[in-house]
Amino acid sequence: MSTIVLKGIQKNYGAVQVIKGIDLSIDDREFCVFVGPSGCGKSTLLRMIAGLEEITAGDLMIDGQRINDVPPSERGLAMVFQSYALYPHMSVADNMGFSLRLAGVPKEERRAKVAEAARILHLDNLLDRKPKELSGGQRQRVAIGRAIVRKPKVFLFDEPLSNLDASLRVQMRIELARLHDELAATMIYVTHDQIEAMTMADKIVVLQSGIVEQAGTPLELYHHPRNQFVAGFIGSPKMNFLPAKVTAVTDTATTIALPSGASLDIPVRAGGQKVGYAVTLGVRPEHMRLAGEGELLGEVMVVERLGGETFLYTQLNDGTMLIVQADGEIPTGVHERISIKLDPAACHLFDGEGLAIERMERHPLANLRRLPTRKAS
Amino acid sequence: MASTTTAAPVPGTSTTVGGRSQRNVKTLPLVAPSVVILFLWMIVPLAMTLWFSFQYYNLLDPTVGGFAGFENYTFLLTDPSLWTAMINTIFLVFWVLVITVGLGTLLAVLFDQDFYGRSIARLLAIAPFFVMPTVSALVWKNMLMHPVNGLFAFFTRSLGLPAIDFFGSFPLTSVIIIVAWQWLPFALLILLTAIQSLDSEQKEAARMDGAGPFSMFFFIILPHLGRAISVVIMIETIFLLSVFAEIYVTTSGGPGLASTNLAFLIYLRALREYDVGGASAAGVIAVILANIVAVFLVRSIAKNIAD
Amino acid sequence: MHPKTRERLVLTVVGWLAAGLIFFPIFWMILTSFKTEVEAVATPPQLFFTPTLENYITVRERADYVHFAINSIVISVGATLLATLIAVPAAYAMAFFPGKRTKDLLLWMLSTKMMPAVGVLIPIYLLFRDTGAIDTRWGLIVVYTLMNLPIVVWMLYTFFKEVPKDILEAGRMDGAKPKQEVWMLLLPLSLPGIASTALLSIILCWNEAFWSLNLTTSEAAPLTTFIASFSAPEGLFWAKLSAASTIAIAPILVFGWMSQRQLVRGLTFGAVK
Ligand SMILES: Nc1ncnc2c1ncn2[C@@H]1O[C@H](COP(=O)(O)OP(=O)(O)O)[C@@H](O)[C@H]1O
Ligand SMILES: [Mg+2]
Repeated sequence: MSTIVLKGIQKNYGAVQVIKGIDLSIDDREFCVFVGPSGCGKSTLLRMIAGLEEITAGDLMIDGQRINDVPPSERGLAMVFQSYALYPHMSVADNMGFSLRLAGVPKEERRAKVAEAARILHLDNLLDRKPKELSGGQRQRVAIGRAIVRKPKVFLFDEPLSNLDASLRVQMRIELARLHDELAATMIYVTHDQIEAMTMADKIVVLQSGIVEQAGTPLELYHHPRNQFVAGFIGSPKMNFLPAKVTAVTDTATTIALPSGASLDIPVRAGGQKVGYAVTLGVRPEHMRLAGEGELLGEVMVVERLGGETFLYTQLNDGTMLIVQADGEIPTGVHERISIKLDPAACHLFDGEGLAIERMERHPLANLRRLPTRKAS
Repeated sequence: MASTTTAAPVPGTSTTVGGRSQRNVKTLPLVAPSVVILFLWMIVPLAMTLWFSFQYYNLLDPTVGGFAGFENYTFLLTDPSLWTAMINTIFLVFWVLVITVGLGTLLAVLFDQDFYGRSIARLLAIAPFFVMPTVSALVWKNMLMHPVNGLFAFFTRSLGLPAIDFFGSFPLTSVIIIVAWQWLPFALLILLTAIQSLDSEQKEAARMDGAGPFSMFFFIILPHLGRAISVVIMIETIFLLSVFAEIYVTTSGGPGLASTNLAFLIYLRALREYDVGGASAAGVIAVILANIVAVFLVRSIAKNIAD
Repeated sequence: MHPKTRERLVLTVVGWLAAGLIFFPIFWMILTSFKTEVEAVATPPQLFFTPTLENYITVRERADYVHFAINSIVISVGATLLATLIAVPAAYAMAFFPGKRTKDLLLWMLSTKMMPAVGVLIPIYLLFRDTGAIDTRWGLIVVYTLMNLPIVVWMLYTFFKEVPKDILEAGRMDGAKPKQEVWMLLLPLSLPGIASTALLSIILCWNEAFWSLNLTTSEAAPLTTFIASFSAPEGLFWAKLSAASTIAIAPILVFGWMSQRQLVRGLTFGAVK
């Protein structure tokens, strides 16, 4: 069992507040990803949980115990650093066994545990090498191995894949997911890459300037972003935003008018919206299609063909840019004029403050966990 | 060498833990030994010197004694020798810096080139740094600059010119030459390392942009050397302010006071005239001078290297 | 001839000329040490002569070189070890737990080196006399330790700052106590830097003349005092003086040459990354 609870956690550097009061709870065996733009405080938050950074205010609890003042090594966690932070003067085996050595574990037992971790990570025949004789991916594995050996309750990762090349990154992502399943441990993972967050997380925590914008399952964030920031951050390519005006409010939908004159019925609760209010329409590239009688007209400026799909960077008649996802087979070329049809059911509306207006229906997959919950072994 | 600077921060209060990283490390016990013994090393002799500077205290004449008030200071400050010594001190520091940095840069560029036996030539060029100041002063004085038997005298005579009496006619210049020779390898080594650390892609890019050797030197290499030159100036200044052995061995500060710097003046007062009071007053003035240099020169330079 | 090759030849000539000029005084001294006293002062100066070891033999008879050399070694190494021992914790704290005034503290330490030693000779002499430290090795070790401490702290500080913070933090996560962190991680990682710091300290101690001349007479006298005993009758015995000088600087020169690559790294005081 290892649940982590953060209550009103704050961090000040001198007079500057970088973490502005965070409340969060991370369940046992959950894979929790902190995601957000660079400099938003992800690392700081992770390092506070690790015990490497002092907590200015608030309580940090593991399994119900306040551990603000417990030294890092006694918190039962292990951390994998972005730079790997391997001990360059030690062999791979010594690197992985260092914590056991410090804890006074006998040599034989140490060797057995290191061998076990090496087996899991396929490092068996590299144990005598020095870190500088390893490739990036192998170093990464050693760093993870060093964490595994300690059998921690919680694993902490700070952008562990950002120094790897793209294909290795994908491979390690899968391996980490497998490892999470195998070890059945709680993991907290920091990244600025929303794809990593979407693919690995049970729970995503979106941070911006030291506050939590939203926490939830990947599909919850995708289908029910709480505000415009989360909506823009999750999903690739980014969600398109268009200015709009409320023209009618009913029990089942809110009708809006776009600058182009087109009108749409979006299935959201009106809330406080009244006719005439200015709102923002959010629509993802994948929720648009090319059609003769579309709501939007524009000229294609750039075409990105990925094979399976094609992205059309389109300039609308009023000058705004729109990204449209189309089929890979589509022959559309640059400077062609296209007509775009939106899927109202997949559209989002944001009020004047950028907060999402609640949707009529919750997406059926919004509460789906990435891994089936299973009993602790 | 020894004590100085009243402009120091109060040591005990200045070791607060920074916000970088949490750890129950009290930094005070770690820093304290260094700070405390340096502080004692500075303050005890300084206090004694300060005390003596207000006393009549002559080792030759035990009958004089007692409180002198500011007399040692007024005597010293109205004595032109203090000003001569100060100017000589500054002169020496300045010219040695100019010569070592200037020549050091040129030599560094030279030794950065690839030529036959470069590493051996480099070893020869850095040798003076390892030679004791007393030895190098003796060698220069007796074998090179000696007006009768010195090698330089032989060369000038062979050219039909009168021999130069280095230490008689140009005492301070001669001392500067010797000290500069000793410190040139230091400047050379640092600047050479700095040049070699220059990104070769940057040089290649400049070459692609059509930079010749001269524009390469002035626009690429020289700006890159800024920090290294700062270090050379800072470290050399620290040592050059207290040049002693070279003067002691060659000119004994003469003729007159022509090559006496502050360090040597204090020595003259204390050990030649046995005037401990006067010497101590000069010592206090030297401390103040060191402070001024510390504040104005070293601080401004060192701030940007310490990062 | 290929222009590249010609350029290289020109550079070779210029480079060796410059090196030769700089090294010349030392070369001349070594040469003189193999001459007779008459040849040493002869005009024109003798470049070719029958070398003699006579001077070295005389020097050996007049003074126990080995005794002075051992003193030099013991004092230089002793002071260097002591200074390093005191400086490591301070540099560690300053590099990894800097406070608002850490930089001021460092600069203050350096500035203690700017005061001419003569200014405090009398107080130190009196203190040494009263504590029986005159002409003892440990007395000189203490003085040299204090003399070099600021430089040693500074150099170690710059080396420690180059050690990635992550690695020490990883050690902390693995359960390393501060002492283990320093011994098992920081020191092994900065070993080259520590070596070059120690080298510079040894060289500075070896060549120090002021304190050794004033605080030692015979028992603990290092090689600088040995030289001084040959320099008194000015210019009269150049050949013997050269021989004495040659054997006084030979150990440190060879040592310096062998370790110069190490030394250079440290000398840059963090100015070259
Ligand atoms: N030691 C420090 N002192 C002052 N500010 C810091 C320190 N460390 C981080 N910060 C600031 O805190 C903010 C969050 O940093 P960090 O947690 O590293 O962001 P990221 O989300 O990219 O990991 C940044 O604005 C950074 O400038
Ligand atoms: Mg970060």
